[in-house]
Amino acid sequence: MYNTPRSISLFLGILFVLMLCYPLYGDLIFGSKSSFYMQKLTSIIILAILAMSLDLLVGVSGLVSMGHALFFGLAGYVLALISPEYDAANIWIVLPAVLASCAVLGLIVAFLTIKTSGIYFIMVTLAFGQMAYYFFNDSDFAGGSDGLYIMMKPAVMLGDLQLLNLEDKHTLFYVCLACMALVYLILRMLLRSPFGQVLVGIHANEHRVKAIGYNTTRYKIVSFVIAATLAGLAGFLAATQYGFVNPSQLGWHTSGYALMMVIMGGAGTIFGPALGAFVFEILHSFFESFTDHWLMLMGTVMICVVLFLPNGIGGALLKLVERFEKKNKHIQTGDNDNG
Amino acid sequence: MAETILKTENLTKRFGGLVAVDKVNLELVKGEVHAILGPNGAGKSTLVNLLSGDMTSTEGTITFEGKDLTGLPPYVISHYGLGRSFQKTNIFPKLSCFENVWLAAQSRQKTSMRFFRPARRMKEVEQLTLSSLEKCGLLAQKDVIASSMSYGEQRQLEIGMMLATQPRLLLMDEPMAGMGKEESEMLVQLIKDLAKDYTLLLIEHDMDAVFAVANRLTVMVNGRVLETGTPDQIRSSQQVQEAYLGSEGGF
Ligand SMILES: Nc1ncnc2c1ncn2[C@@H]1O[C@H](COP(=O)(O)OP(=O)(O)O)[C@@H](O)[C@H]1O
Ligand SMILES: [Mg+2]
Repeated sequence: MYNTPRSISLFLGILFVLMLCYPLYGDLIFGSKSSFYMQKLTSIIILAILAMSLDLLVGVSGLVSMGHALFFGLAGYVLALISPEYDAANIWIVLPAVLASCAVLGLIVAFLTIKTSGIYFIMVTLAFGQMAYYFFNDSDFAGGSDGLYIMMKPAVMLGDLQLLNLEDKHTLFYVCLACMALVYLILRMLLRSPFGQVLVGIHANEHRVKAIGYNTTRYKIVSFVIAATLAGLAGFLAATQYGFVNPSQLGWHTSGYALMMVIMGGAGTIFGPALGAFVFEILHSFFESFTDHWLMLMGTVMICVVLFLPNGIGGALLKLVERFEKKNKHIQTGDNDNG
Repeated sequence: MAETILKTENLTKRFGGLVAVDKVNLELVKGEVHAILGPNGAGKSTLVNLLSGDMTSTEGTITFEGKDLTGLPPYVISHYGLGRSFQKTNIFPKLSCFENVWLAAQSRQKTSMRFFRPARRMKEVEQLTLSSLEKCGLLAQKDVIASSMSYGEQRQLEIGMMLATQPRLLLMDEPMAGMGKEESEMLVQLIKDLAKDYTLLLIEHDMDAVFAVANRLTVMVNGRVLETGTPDQIRSSQQVQEAYLGSEGGF
């Protein structure tokens, strides 16, 4: 169950290597715009992490959250608030602090929302997201609607030795890429683990999972906390890249975009929502280049996806591979009959 | 002396004004097949739901192997050793037969809050899954997706999942409901086999099947226990004849 076919892993591997090598060929293809595109790519990679973390809730556990950006934005605020004003923060302190705050808030929100289901869960998570939005929007200490700046990116030091310089755009790009791969691998591992099997069961038929002896509420809470923490990682990287954080990052628009990436990419496949983030953002940039009403075009695309690719890009790829493998099997058995 | 495995005292469930289960005192003897008969709406499924923890009783107590189960949630009751199958097929339709039973078997591990090791490497769970599939007669179909199996096979799968939780008492709510003649016969045989190893509370409409397997019968009408006795006692009971069997044309 939920093993990614070889050919898809290979496809993902190729995409990954292509991104990894971008600094080698970026200048050749895009010339002076190369650096801009690399930053754009970095921001998409960060959104891919956010989308994958949301997929753990939506696609795997069946918990459709409309407030997931809460943890994405919170991470940025925590980073901005605990960073020294004119000095670089120590990443070994701020990163754990950011992730821990997201985990703790995730636990609190989960406690208060997890017993609801369906539309109620959507509404309650949305409400929490909006509460956080207005809290930061109306708070002076958080810079109100302007948000906060992070003057210096966190320093990655080992004693006096600088391991990585996040101010360097190439380095940040690679760090984000590595985080995306890490999050993907973590989620795949989770899905295969005993814990993940229970989540898959809960999504399919929670009542039955309870009847065979699982305290489903606990499993859902833990999955919510993990998703919140991974969203926090994405938020940390985003705030580091942009150098600022503002309320819109935790508002319902951001939550909605993340959900659209998951649906476009194929909920429950993990790799799908990551692809969804890329397709969504590339379309976004493309549409925006000729109209301000890009959301209208995006809406049309979403409708087409839902109608024609009900399991998203990931689902379509899986089906394609399955059909191809079946055909191959037929050919092989045919040969055997002849021989 | 016969050992009581489960006992209810004054068990009552009200839905608003409706008393679905009305002061039921039930005693199941270890190793026996105890069948519950009664017309539609008699409260049989509600009784099972109370025992399995899917519903909480309005009044009364449930004691299983000397432990008080009253008010406990289903997942706790499952770990006390009560297994149940549902009247309406209740499985994971998109998963394979093996995966369905696997999840039930995995629940017998100390905890499933384990995040690192692939689940499929757990040999103990695999063995329990395979032996449960064998007991319910689905070993050959283990890789078939549940939703594409026949209705009868899905009912078998339901039983396989229950067995994988290693219960000592099986609560089976109309396991033969909606089955064809051949499938029913197969299931009666399966229930006879299960009766050798487990205590059973069997809810069933099919009279022939009930009298073929049950050691003891309870007749329920309107939420109340009309009479409890051996098959012979029930067959010859005037009260039961009048209230229930008579209306169905007897045997
Ligand atoms: N969840 C419920 N809410 C309200 N009434 C219910 C509910 N479940 C069962 N009932 C009622 O309780 C009575 C007994 O139902 P049930 O236990 O399903 O009977 P049986 O299984 O013997 O056919 C019926 O009148 C039914 O309508
Ligand atoms: Mg019933």
